[in-house]
Amino acid sequence: MIAFLVRRILYAIPILIGVNVLTFLLFFIVNSPDDMARMQLGQKRVSDEAVVKWKQERGYDKPSFFDAQASGIRKITNTIFFEKSVPLFWFDFGRAEADGRDIAHEIRSRMWPSLAIALPVFIVGMLSYITFALLMAFFRATYIDIAGILLCIFAMSVSGLFYIIGGQYVISKLWNLVPISGYVGGLNAWKFLVLPVVIGIVGGVGASARWYRTIFIEEINRDYVRTARAKGLSEWRVLFRHVLHNAMIPILTGAVVAIPLLFLGSLITESFFSIPGLGSYTIDAISQQDFSVVRAMVFLGSVLYIIGLILTDISYTVADPRIRLQ
Amino acid sequence: MKGIITILALVLPASLGACSGPWNDPYPAQEAGKNILYSSFSERPKHLDPVQSYAENEAVFTAQIYMPPLQYHYLKRPYELTTLAATEVPKPTYYDAADRKLPETAGGAKVAYSVYEIHIQAGIMYQPHPAFAKDENGKYRYHQLKREDLKDVYELRDFKYTGTRELVADDYAFQIRRLAHPKLHSPIFGLISEYVVGLKDYAAKLQEATKAPSADGYLDLLQFPLDGVQVVDAHTYRIKLKGKYPQFVYWLAMPFFAPIPWEAERFYSQPGMSEGKNLSLDWYPVGTGAYMLTVNDPNRIMVMERNPNFAGEPYPSEGEDGDKAAGLLDDAGKMMPFIDKAVFSLEKESIPYWNKFLQGYYDASGITSDSFDQTVQITSSGDVTLADEMRKQDIVLQTSVATSVMYMGFNMIDPVVGGDSERTRKLRQAISIAVDQEEFISIFTNGRGIPGQGPIPPGIFGHREGLGEINPYVYDWVNSKPERKPIAFAKKLLAEAGYPNGIDKASGKPLVIYFDTTMSGVGGKSRIDWLTKQFQKIDLQLVVRNTDFNRFQDKIRKGTAQLFFFGWNADYPDPENFLFLLYGPQSRIKSGENAANYQNPEYDRMFERMQVMENGPERQALIDQMVEILRRDAPWVYMLYPKDYTLAHAWVYNRKPNKMANNGLKYQRIDPQLRQKKRAEWNHPVVWPIIVLLAVLALVLTPAVQSYRRRERAGGKLLPA
Repeated sequence: MIAFLVRRILYAIPILIGVNVLTFLLFFIVNSPDDMARMQLGQKRVSDEAVVKWKQERGYDKPSFFDAQASGIRKITNTIFFEKSVPLFWFDFGRAEADGRDIAHEIRSRMWPSLAIALPVFIVGMLSYITFALLMAFFRATYIDIAGILLCIFAMSVSGLFYIIGGQYVISKLWNLVPISGYVGGLNAWKFLVLPVVIGIVGGVGASARWYRTIFIEEINRDYVRTARAKGLSEWRVLFRHVLHNAMIPILTGAVVAIPLLFLGSLITESFFSIPGLGSYTIDAISQQDFSVVRAMVFLGSVLYIIGLILTDISYTVADPRIRLQ
Repeated sequence: MKGIITILALVLPASLGACSGPWNDPYPAQEAGKNILYSSFSERPKHLDPVQSYAENEAVFTAQIYMPPLQYHYLKRPYELTTLAATEVPKPTYYDAADRKLPETAGGAKVAYSVYEIHIQAGIMYQPHPAFAKDENGKYRYHQLKREDLKDVYELRDFKYTGTRELVADDYAFQIRRLAHPKLHSPIFGLISEYVVGLKDYAAKLQEATKAPSADGYLDLLQFPLDGVQVVDAHTYRIKLKGKYPQFVYWLAMPFFAPIPWEAERFYSQPGMSEGKNLSLDWYPVGTGAYMLTVNDPNRIMVMERNPNFAGEPYPSEGEDGDKAAGLLDDAGKMMPFIDKAVFSLEKESIPYWNKFLQGYYDASGITSDSFDQTVQITSSGDVTLADEMRKQDIVLQTSVATSVMYMGFNMIDPVVGGDSERTRKLRQAISIAVDQEEFISIFTNGRGIPGQGPIPPGIFGHREGLGEINPYVYDWVNSKPERKPIAFAKKLLAEAGYPNGIDKASGKPLVIYFDTTMSGVGGKSRIDWLTKQFQKIDLQLVVRNTDFNRFQDKIRKGTAQLFFFGWNADYPDPENFLFLLYGPQSRIKSGENAANYQNPEYDRMFERMQVMENGPERQALIDQMVEILRRDAPWVYMLYPKDYTLAHAWVYNRKPNKMANNGLKYQRIDPQLRQKKRAEWNHPVVWPIIVLLAVLALVLTPAVQSYRRRERAGGKLLPA
């Protein structure tokens, strides 16, 4: 197990380097350092001297990957890529270009609002989807199953944005039950979180419940289920203890990998509900051409995704004792 | 399951009901009924340091906090400068090269220097701030901090002590020096350094000084005097400008010329202040204005509260016609500000923002295109009125013409559409006729605009309107109103230009015009389609070169675009601020603001004369000639002067759109009791749909549960004993 984990972590290093190179290339294909400078300095009365100075102060006047003028190792180290990307490996994210704020501090403070939405959506959503899917599986080929499938297809066909706008309109504007948008810290946050959480859960029901239903139906037809029923176990026990347990591998594949990514928040939901999370932070950084924040968030996303994959592998061993990590 | 539903059905409404006021109120219950104005912002302000701040969304804050010498009169139109910190609007004194005083009417050529002497009011105090805090011995408490002293400090309020002091002329001089600070990148440095005596050299001197900074890295501007700014006494300072620059007085109404105390600069420059914590002037401004920023969490909320050291300012007693009838003079002479606190919440999307306005959670709002039809009705006579729903809520509509111009620019260095030949001039005129601004305004701006007749918008000296005041190259005056020239006339011009039926006589090929744009999405496509149709009317082919914002700006800078949409918001209400957009030396390829790269020596000469003239018949006559040249040469298709529509609830008083002044918060007054009453009325929670939903769910599940039980029982019977 330890050897497996060490191997996976070592594999992650070239992946992260690759991600960094790609982020760097893609960002600078679209935004040159001059563009970044002009974006930060404003569009009115920006002189060429101010652009040059801005780049000099932030090290964006250096060559991208290779400094032919420098000597020795500085040919590599005296470049934008090295100076901006390598510190990420020890989680030194630096400061945002737009406002000079410490990115690590921003991430630490913004991940909580993101989690406040993502975690309930994930946990309550998973439980609801699994229960709903088991219900459909249990009543397969009855009116409940058919109605459930139709509901899922309908839910899948509707745009996520519609749920947000429709939810805000109906629940907050017509029924006046909770605020349309906003956020406060602490326990009072609940009234701002109810709506995005409900919408997050409802918005995901179609695809998830359908997917779990398929897994459960496949599982329900297996011999061990027939045996369990033949033993006289209640259907409730058959489904929730045996079927669910045996269907865990495909469920874990999709679910565990998403757990670390919950920190990153949701781009659209946070924007519409004015939640100051990491999703809106990323969107703002992209629109403001803030390379420091973009590269930090992409790097963090990659690290969390890799962690998610490792956790998924570990979770297999918990769900199925036959699996060994070697 | 049933139990959980029952508990939820009982507990949730009960817990919500425990909150005082509506359930959907996004604000803390303790704020109910308080004298607080609620507004929003959609984008985090980048700069709050007045040396850098130039964007409108930043001025919403900086204009309330800082106190430049002058301000715009809140009610009078056309826009008029009046005093803020100054005791009077300064008049320049002119000198020739031999330092001899010249008369006020001296021509620009004779004037070697202008001197503005500014007297500021005594007794103006700064907001409470730790930078001013002193101990019992009179020493500054927080000017010698070490990094470890700031270990537990994250916000300004983490400093226990604050202090204040009187505003002095030195603070204005200090800020002007800051314009040249090598690390601050003031956007107006380039322009202002052309005028303020010695500012350019001063910047070079500071640049040198940064190479050998003091031990703590602080560049102490007090050690570097600036020739062009002289402090006469505690409340008087002089600014010496090269030549004559009458527009300079408008800059004195902008935060760029607001006072900054040296203590603040010293305080914020200490190690550990800005790194990671953003304890800087850009984040926590220090001013003498009516309000101070007390919460700066631009990810969520920004709060301004009444500056307790602000002595007050009387509400204006004069306005323009109709202001009295509109109730805008009801508070004449009363001391401002009226509002105790202003809360600005981050609201990125227009739909929730609009709905919250309708619920009464924002006091005022603009009108987005999405909500326009729901808000405004246009009568058959063209009058704009509020929709019935809005009237029911006693919402008030205010309209104003922005001091802006939107135009479609031709790149004048382009060989096809640019240049000073009769051929290209006629081609541009033909396109100007074909592009139907009235239709554009009607389709894409819901009628919120006035078709452009020239570069100067209404409300700015030099703009002419009324009988016959039209662009004669595009319009005819028919039946007492402007009428666009017929397409046949445009085609005739095109044929004269050498493109009969859109075919280039020289090459025999159709003439293709390239339009560079960043427009995208459904809205962008419809605009592009519309524009293509306009060109088709005169048999021209339009090829759209869609690109991203950076590439587009790059093309404009390099002068490689052919045709493009652009706009300009006035810095100050003077025709110079619009006519300079077509001044040759300002060409964009020379890093100026003349995006069309228009160059006409005759126009440039006139501009140089007009620039230094005082408003009057002579200046008007010269402007008329300049506008005539621009209409004839048609470097722009003068698209429109935008109109702004804003809405306010009935509990908001003294709101009058002022496109030049951003410090409108202190003038406004609200009735919090009426707001509270209306909010409660409009936001009564509706619970029955939830109960119905739960009931339906129970109804659907009951047969399922029964069926499950039946199955379980049946299964039991089948088992062998």
